Amino acid sequence: MTLFAVTVIGNDRPGIIADTTAALARLGGNLEDSTMTILRGHFAMVLLVSADAARSDVESGLSPLEDDGTLLVSVREVPQEYDVAAPGAPYLLSVHGADRPGIVSAITAEVAGAGGNVTDLSTRLTGDLYVLLAEVDLPGSADVEGLSRRLREVADGLGVDVSLRPVDSDLM
Amino acid sequence: MSLLPPLPEGQVLAIVRAPERGLSTRSAEVDPRDPAVAQLAADLLATQRGAAGCVGLAAPQVGVGLRVFSLDVTGHPKARACHGALVLANPVIVTASRWERGREGCLSVPDLTGDVKRATRLLVSGSLPGSGAPVTVETDAFEARALQHEIDHLDGLLFLDRVAGAHAVHARKVYL
Ligand SMILES: [Zn+2]
Repeated sequence: MTLFAVTVIGNDRPGIIADTTAALARLGGNLEDSTMTILRGHFAMVLLVSADAARSDVESGLSPLEDDGTLLVSVREVPQEYDVAAPGAPYLLSVHGADRPGIVSAITAEVAGAGGNVTDLSTRLTGDLYVLLAEVDLPGSADVEGLSRRLREVADGLGVDVSLRPVDSDLM
Repeated sequence: MSLLPPLPEGQVLAIVRAPERGLSTRSAEVDPRDPAVAQLAADLLATQRGAAGCVGLAAPQVGVGLRVFSLDVTGHPKARACHGALVLANPVIVTASRWERGREGCLSVPDLTGDVKRATRLLVSGSLPGSGAPVTVETDAFEARALQHEIDHLDGLLFLDRVAGAHAVHARKVYL
């Protein structure tokens, strides 16, 4: 079994997922984790697929998707498992304000500096309003108060609002 | 009235995990005066207490398709009203209001969490296992959320059936 990362990007239309997964099913592929969203009308999907197939077979199986020139497909072989970072405590980071260059890099640099790992990120620009939402794992050793303070300083400099709050889940 | 009736000694039972079909099946009403129901309630409470950080457990989670659950949010930082340890048979939600989103995990879905809207003001009626006495529980905040989660189990629903969006399910971080 080989694990492949398949990315599909392009002009959104109904049926892209059905077409992609039908081609992968014909190859005997098994979908593992996947994510898909639409970014300003661009379809964007990443699938992890395990299959008893060569990369070239997966590529040729998916190549009809590219026939009309509106979609780009890439297939990469990836390791079955990475050494994952030790899990931390989950936080939700929220930023919003007037759009300007450098918001994401300035904010995420502070998170990285505190040893935080972004596990999910989405940003939206609508009119002049920029919105960033990120799930962040902070290690047990992280100085959460200090990070919050530095994030506020950076946000003040950028003229945006920021909040960092825990999103602990409860077992029931 | 206490919501923890006298119960026999409970045993720790094995937890059933999704995709076990029993978790997706509606559980049956019970006769709350049946001694076997009191035993089940005691077993649920014992099993829940044996699972670190677990605030509630419903019978389908131990492979029993009966409408009984245990709950205890004592000391939980998100709890406001708190009835301590309680067990309930044949629970029914009477009124529910003030819906808020929060993140839930479940012993039966150990690797995922989900963002779910739940009522934060809740009135539940039911019967005490053992005596069969009718009781009502009026509560709010975290205890209300946990009650709704357990009653969902009795209806064959997991938090996965209620998540607030396609990106509202997350990997659970086992963080000690
Ligand atoms: Zn549960």
